[in-house]
Amino acid sequence: MTPPPLTSIFNISLVGVGGQGILLTSDVLALAAMHAGFDVKKSEIHGMSQRGGSVISQVRFGPRVYSPIIPDGQSDILVSFERTEALRWGHLAKPGAHILVNDMERVPITVSSGQYPAVENAVERLAAYPGLRLLSANPLAEQAGSIRTANVVLVGALSTLVPFAKAHWQTALNERIPEPFLDVNLRAFALGRDAIA
Amino acid sequence: MTKRMLLSANEAIAWAAYRSGCRVATAYPGTPSTEIMHHVAEFKGAINCEWSVNEKVAMEIGIGASLAGVRALVAMKHVGLNVAMDPLMTFTHLGAIGGMVIINADDPSMHSSQNEQDNRSLAKFARAVLFEPADSQEAFDMVCAGFDLSEQFQVPVIVRTTTRTAHTSTLVDIGSTEQGEATPIPYVKNAQRNVAIPAFARPMRAKVEKRTAALRDLSEASPFNRAEPGSGDLGFVASGVAWQYVKEVFPDAPIFKVGLSFPPPIEAIRAFARDLQRLVVIEESDPVIADQLRAAGIAVLEPKTQLRMMELNPMRLEQLSAELLGTPAPTPPQPEGHIPVRPPVLCSGCTHRGPFHILSKLKTTVCGDIGCYTLGAAPPLAAMDTCICMGAAIGTAIGMRKAGLPNPRIAAVMGDSTFFHSGMTGLLDVAYNRIPITVMVFDNRITAMTGHQENPGSGQTLLGEPATAVRIAEVARTLGITRVHEVDPYDLANLEKIFTDCLDSGEPAVVVVRGPCVLHEKWAGTFINVVDAEKCTACGACFRLGCPAIIRSEPKEPGSTRSKSKIDPMFCTGCNLCAQVCKFDAISPAK
Repeated sequence: MTPPPLTSIFNISLVGVGGQGILLTSDVLALAAMHAGFDVKKSEIHGMSQRGGSVISQVRFGPRVYSPIIPDGQSDILVSFERTEALRWGHLAKPGAHILVNDMERVPITVSSGQYPAVENAVERLAAYPGLRLLSANPLAEQAGSIRTANVVLVGALSTLVPFAKAHWQTALNERIPEPFLDVNLRAFALGRDAIA
Repeated sequence: MTKRMLLSANEAIAWAAYRSGCRVATAYPGTPSTEIMHHVAEFKGAINCEWSVNEKVAMEIGIGASLAGVRALVAMKHVGLNVAMDPLMTFTHLGAIGGMVIINADDPSMHSSQNEQDNRSLAKFARAVLFEPADSQEAFDMVCAGFDLSEQFQVPVIVRTTTRTAHTSTLVDIGSTEQGEATPIPYVKNAQRNVAIPAFARPMRAKVEKRTAALRDLSEASPFNRAEPGSGDLGFVASGVAWQYVKEVFPDAPIFKVGLSFPPPIEAIRAFARDLQRLVVIEESDPVIADQLRAAGIAVLEPKTQLRMMELNPMRLEQLSAELLGTPAPTPPQPEGHIPVRPPVLCSGCTHRGPFHILSKLKTTVCGDIGCYTLGAAPPLAAMDTCICMGAAIGTAIGMRKAGLPNPRIAAVMGDSTFFHSGMTGLLDVAYNRIPITVMVFDNRITAMTGHQENPGSGQTLLGEPATAVRIAEVARTLGITRVHEVDPYDLANLEKIFTDCLDSGEPAVVVVRGPCVLHEKWAGTFINVVDAEKCTACGACFRLGCPAIIRSEPKEPGSTRSKSKIDPMFCTGCNLCAQVCKFDAISPAK
């Protein structure tokens, strides 16, 4: 394996709501980084993630990675599976970082039950980030064949922003996704990749 | 050299057990340790493994296996070790025979726990060897080394992970994927060695101190403890994942990395500190190493920067750096304002929602417990008064009754796994002492919060073999409770009737609310509900169920702050609780 040219640490934060497939996405990303020859760490907090709470996973790769936690303001890419979460975690991103956001909203129960005011104008607030890339992953996932592949549409989009060969993504998807679901996910990956390219 | 793998410390620990010839593995589920036993189970019975009923039993099984001469792994979260301390504190006197490695997963910052405690003090208290891995490779290496050490010194070994090591994946080389072999040590009956009665325990006690002294020498020379040279006269001692943060923030400083931290390598650190002006110990969370160094006469600086509570991270060490180097304090980027919190909630269709709604309606004082159902404490259900530890609901409720609480309605609420873990003894106390409280077991037949582990009510073992499915109502009757009911979680009228009868009966009562976890059995009703906006009066009754499928719709009238409701078809399971609380007949199945 040829040594990668990257000399510093590359940081990616992935955020969203429990049940959106964030952990699978960060698994694929971390495996691709490993296959690309990097040292890699993937850190996640998933104690009660299945119960609709806010979820965060962080992946760092480079020649040698120490801390599994990315310092605030140091993420080269922020991937958010939902608009409100992108705002919540916007401070993780470096100034000018790519902010890849699935253009959909899941209203927190604190809002739907009336305990907290709704987030107005989320899209306008997000537009203040120069690196914003809004992507409607859900329709693309349906086009691929399953709404459940929206996370892999985002993997496809992410793959255009990260310095790995496409083959490393392919290997990672093969390893991580069970065989019966592989085809639909590969379609989702390709659609996400084309959508951002 | 095999291929590198990307493993969490939990996976690496399971591999280490497999590679080390471990024969017996036990655990009770608890975040962040749970996945260890899932991965052990993937070896398909190569290691005799089980979900134990609680951590004390898990520990005792490990002890039995060790005394019988084979290697044993026991895994639990930090508060689990509280439960298992009783057997551990005497086993430490007997000493291990087959290698015994205990995985203790601490949870600084309480990502998924009821308290924060640094269990490294308990390893010191027990005179057990303590390892602190900084990543998955070290977790693997330390468990492997731990089995050898445990046999060599006849000592239990504790490997302390934290949430940040347990749930971080890093590259690991495990050497080979073949199962390792360890020759069992033939069992010899030896009462003087294995029966802890005073006459035998006194010589054991002396042996413990002798063993610890020998382990101090070992720690001084251990390859897990090493000085990493650097420049400058400010140096660090760091253990566990904290070492990673020091490497990140102070890349050029001299660092003494502590991997085997009890007994600590005092003399090696004294030598390391000789040329330093200032020495700071970075450890998560208590000053366990720092205080032992101070007791040995080594000057350790206690920074003003608060590092003793909650998880450490590079940002906190940047604050420390500013203090130590006299540079301006860093200004971390500020989060956006006005973002609504998104707490975890009971799922739509959850079997716990209906009973909590009724308990709240009946103005019951509810002593709660540890599980998904602790979410019932949050508004709008707000149906819980206390939550302490596994099984505490019953004892706490008894105490409230004995204290003469004016509210006649006192209930203890716990789940099935918690009931088996440590609720049965509390219930026996209720029966024996005739305490007029109602014990409610929310029985979804699985350990749900930690990710659906089997328990004695599930009818299945860890490896998927058929097992007894204990019926909690029968346990209650056997213990001596006569007023026992089993109820459907979705029938609100019946729940209200039975709860009222029991709470107002003036005698001990048990209500088992039975229904499968909707996440586990992928249960969905045969229909979904819709709201008729014409009939909806915006009374808010359905919102008070706290169901994530019920969302705000149009205002009652223009300008009103009261909203009508609508139902998100993506989330509705057809549990039909909302239709039962609607007094205006506005909610019915979609056509």
